[in-house]
Amino acid sequence: MPVPEVKDSFTGSVNRVTLGATKDKGGTRTSTITVGGARNVVYGGSIEEAGEKPVIAMDVLDSRPDDWPDLLAENYQDVMDSPGDWAKKCIEQFGADLICVKFEGIHPDKKDLDAAHAVKVTEEVLKAVGVPLVLWGCGNDEKDNQVMPKVSEAAKGENVLIGSVKEDNYKSLTAIALADGHHLITHAPLDINIAKQVNILVSDMGFPLEKVVTFQATGALGYGIEYAYSIQERQRLAALGGDKMMAMPAICDVGYESWRAKESKLADAPGWGDVKDRGPMWEATTAICLLQAGVDIIRMRHPRAVATVKNFINQIRQ
Amino acid sequence: MIIIGERINGMFKDVKEAIASKNKQPIQELAKKQTEAGATYLDVNVGTAAADQEGTMQWLVETIQETCSTPLCLDSQKTGVIAAGLKVINAKPGLILNSTPLNKKSDEEVFDKYIEMAEQAGPKANIITLTMDKNGVPQDVDTRVAIAAEIVQKAMEKGFDTQRLFIDPIALPVNVPNAQIQMLNIFNAIDQIKYLADPAPHMTIGLSNVSQGTSERSLINRIFLAMAMSHGLDSAIVDVLDENLVNVVATAEMLMNRQIYSDSFLKAYIAANKA
Repeated sequence: MPVPEVKDSFTGSVNRVTLGATKDKGGTRTSTITVGGARNVVYGGSIEEAGEKPVIAMDVLDSRPDDWPDLLAENYQDVMDSPGDWAKKCIEQFGADLICVKFEGIHPDKKDLDAAHAVKVTEEVLKAVGVPLVLWGCGNDEKDNQVMPKVSEAAKGENVLIGSVKEDNYKSLTAIALADGHHLITHAPLDINIAKQVNILVSDMGFPLEKVVTFQATGALGYGIEYAYSIQERQRLAALGGDKMMAMPAICDVGYESWRAKESKLADAPGWGDVKDRGPMWEATTAICLLQAGVDIIRMRHPRAVATVKNFINQIRQ
Repeated sequence: MIIIGERINGMFKDVKEAIASKNKQPIQELAKKQTEAGATYLDVNVGTAAADQEGTMQWLVETIQETCSTPLCLDSQKTGVIAAGLKVINAKPGLILNSTPLNKKSDEEVFDKYIEMAEQAGPKANIITLTMDKNGVPQDVDTRVAIAAEIVQKAMEKGFDTQRLFIDPIALPVNVPNAQIQMLNIFNAIDQIKYLADPAPHMTIGLSNVSQGTSERSLINRIFLAMAMSHGLDSAIVDVLDENLVNVVATAEMLMNRQIYSDSFLKAYIAANKA
């Protein structure tokens, strides 16, 4: 039976966003990354309408994590005390497209490290790798407002992606990202209406919508991925329908969420298969699922999962 | 929703005076204010103010485009006046020719002429056609739909994209004797006309006509607009400076799931329209 060819065309598109600034643009990056630009749903149209290839941002933590499962941590034991080397390893050995520095260590309930530490880490990573960076706070509003402006300043001119601003905490980070010429992540708790609201709020402050990347708190496979999927899909459809407040590329946090799932790390689970494969598979499956909903930047952690997902992206975008 | 701002019309006193004294400032101010309020197009109608309608149309177009890049909707029943406007207009941002009936006693080919003018003006030139022919304004649903069908058929024959066609089922003031039924007729006509082509032609209306001479004009306009939108009206010539009216458009679009809800959805609508 012939399969009917279903084609739809749209009037809107996802914004194209270029991260990183090379020397001629006032930065020190050796390359830039462009995402977005889709004019159709994923697999919905011609290759010209698909926009830019999705990219993988590998996580580098600002300080040695003590809660990573061994299966994940074993890939980074030699570099966990040096964010610069860690970033270098992700780029050179694991093929990351860009680096996401996650400042877990500044969280008051974790190591409560200060702004000077965060600035040092930022400078170290900027020096170690030439790719564009994502610089992401710890999630504690008060501490992020204190530390992230210093981080932003340390990366001034580099056109990084700063994260993240929320509906009830957006003013100081938006202002500093605007002043330092960075891109900004608007963050919503798996809620399409709040996602739009945060975009309106930052836009009201004069922040250009073309420099925004949206983030919906990701749900991993088995932990709400269907919500994340349908929200990403709805956002893409709104962008294609011409809603300028929803036309941003999206970033998702697959690494952290996947490795939170017990299925990815529980060794004593007969019938679940070898734990060595399970974790990377959990992460890769979550990523590939969200890719199909239309996300543009995927944060990831395990090198094998990264390799699988890169392979997938390259195959479908041949 | 494609909002066409109605204010640059020689029927309004301030515009009439500006035309008479060739004073650009009030015209440019109206263009700016309507754009900021959410107008997608600005209607330009010389009204009855000037003896030289063609010259006045040119003066208005040039005056507006000196300071404003919002697309224009050239509004005249006379092909000569539209043609004069087309000579000086920058049609790149978009354009609507407003308006032509299917045909009229004095000119059987009037719609053809509008199509020709639109084709010459470029691919972004649209036409508003009235569901009206040489027999006048229809009073019932069926005649409106029949005329619309002829309009769509003629456009297709001429190779004119139906998405460049705005069909106006003609709103009459609700307080005209025996005209109250026309509101329902218009809604029913919109329901049917949308199915005449795929992709469907746009549906538009001169909204302020509905409330002409009534009390509670703004309220009548707003409620009519929301009701008509739910039947498929996707454009209207309106008083875009009536903030409550634009809020109705934003709210109706949100309720019809065309805009994602957010707490600032009213603000988002205007901002997105501007962007």
